[in-house]
Amino acid sequence: MLKIENVSKVYKGGKKAVKNITLDIKKGEFICFIGPSGCGKTTTMKMINRLIEPSEGKILINGENIMEKDPVELRRQIGYVIQQIGLFPHMTILENITLVPKLLKWSDQEKKERALELLQLVDMGPEYLERYPYELSGGQQQRIGVLRALASNPPLILMDEPFGALDPITRDALQEEFKNLQRTLNKTIVFVTHDMDEAIKLADRIVILKAGEIVQVGTPDEILRNPANEFVEEFIGKERLLQTRPNVQLVEQIMSRNPISITEEKSLTNAITIMREKRVDSLLVVDEENVLKGFVDVETISEYRKKATFISEVIKTEVYSVNQDSLIRDSVQKILKRGFKYVPVVDQNKHLVGIVTRATLVDIVYDSIWGEEDNLVAEMAEMF
Amino acid sequence: METLLDFLQTNWLELLYKAWEHLYISMIAVFLGILVAVPLGILLTRMKKSASIIIGIANIMQTLPSLAVLAFFIPFLGVGKTPAIIALFFYSVLPILRNTYTGIKGVNKNLLESGRGIGMTSWERIRLVEFPLALSVIMAGIRTASVYLIGWATLASFIGGGGLGDYIFIGLNLYQTEYIIAGAVPVIIMAILVDYVFSIIERKVVPTGLKGMKEVA
Repeated sequence: MLKIENVSKVYKGGKKAVKNITLDIKKGEFICFIGPSGCGKTTTMKMINRLIEPSEGKILINGENIMEKDPVELRRQIGYVIQQIGLFPHMTILENITLVPKLLKWSDQEKKERALELLQLVDMGPEYLERYPYELSGGQQQRIGVLRALASNPPLILMDEPFGALDPITRDALQEEFKNLQRTLNKTIVFVTHDMDEAIKLADRIVILKAGEIVQVGTPDEILRNPANEFVEEFIGKERLLQTRPNVQLVEQIMSRNPISITEEKSLTNAITIMREKRVDSLLVVDEENVLKGFVDVETISEYRKKATFISEVIKTEVYSVNQDSLIRDSVQKILKRGFKYVPVVDQNKHLVGIVTRATLVDIVYDSIWGEEDNLVAEMAEMF
Repeated sequence: METLLDFLQTNWLELLYKAWEHLYISMIAVFLGILVAVPLGILLTRMKKSASIIIGIANIMQTLPSLAVLAFFIPFLGVGKTPAIIALFFYSVLPILRNTYTGIKGVNKNLLESGRGIGMTSWERIRLVEFPLALSVIMAGIRTASVYLIGWATLASFIGGGGLGDYIFIGLNLYQTEYIIAGAVPVIIMAILVDYVFSIIERKVVPTGLKGMKEVA
């Protein structure tokens, strides 16, 4: 719905704030622009509602070139939330929320109904309507700031570090709340931030900018898994690459080391016996050198029980595996996002060395929840 | 003291009339000053370079001796109330202009950006954001101007404008203290009262949300 085509911004004196940016944003997508200060993220965002006019290139909203529209009309069709909240201190909450409807000349009745409806979205009651911004906490104020952007129900909302000035706990709560809101209302959001955690948490796609250029565009997972270059890596911060446990980084540290495997030339009867013994429903298949070939599961065996004798005849070769020195995130991804029950772990030469199962994940989660507490107990015990 | 009471007894009606003259001469001048200086002040905030020049000119005007200004208008406008009001009007412009300019300039830039971002036209930004937020500063300028003008309006008497200045000058010329007091004291009282009335108006017009903010801060 939003197309940015070869857009540049050159300031007087030749300083290029934004260089040739191209981006295609789909309806309902949550896009985060992120980068160090001066990278052009805010400039790019402000060009979308013409608070800053692009020097070159085109920006299209639903196929319409924004430069051909009246800037005031354009801005009334796009929600806008700024960093310092930007609520008008001399207006009540009702007046603040319904400012755009007021500019669009809605009736008082319509405005009030809309305000009540919006307040409900953030669990605030009608008693807030007549209050003034100074009577609200920072978090409540920013909620109102967001509601104001939603007031005339624009399909696109621009947000410039809206949660930057809030304390961490409020920020966290608001991020969650807002993400849910965005999903339910199916709004397209362009969100500027310099906080990577925020971007990872909220974004469908993250756009990393540096010195006015796009360095990388991708889902948070793509970016965490394959940072385009050192800058991105540094910007993400190494620690974020392994969020679950700081001291566990690689798959080999968590995998179980004796995966149940079978060689190709064994019979199906052998296989079913091993399965029964080990209480599993599938076996990894390896060759004599312990190189991973594929897997067999109990369904296949029972299906081919009459026709086939050897495992080599029924083996399924499309098996996803991870390298033992890859990051935990990779295998966790495959298990959680793709619904695999397990992921075999191999070394450089494809030798089977271990397996990560759902049970392994439970262990990791258990440790991250209780592990530190155990340490704490131990430390306290030492103290006394 | 007795002579003063005698004076009041015989002249109280005239005194009231002169006070009224005095009041309306100065208030009309303030009113004209508001009409000119507030829009001009807002306009100046839109012009970067000429703002300092125009405020500079207004500053210079303020330093001209008031008697000289009054005398200056005689060849053009003759004598009487009109030239007096016009001369006083010039003096009311500066405080109002300067306060309007600083008040509007002092409005938080984020709020303006916010207003622009949600699609306000420049006029809507002035009307809905800048003016209400600057109003308390503008009102302070108007109060200063009106107190000044009530004082200076005594000089109107020199060019036949009437007002309480008449008594003061008669008193000076005839060396009659009771005349001087009968002219000067009501001027002081009037200045205090007018300032008080304006403070009430200020409380009425300044948006409620801002008052609370000040209490908090």
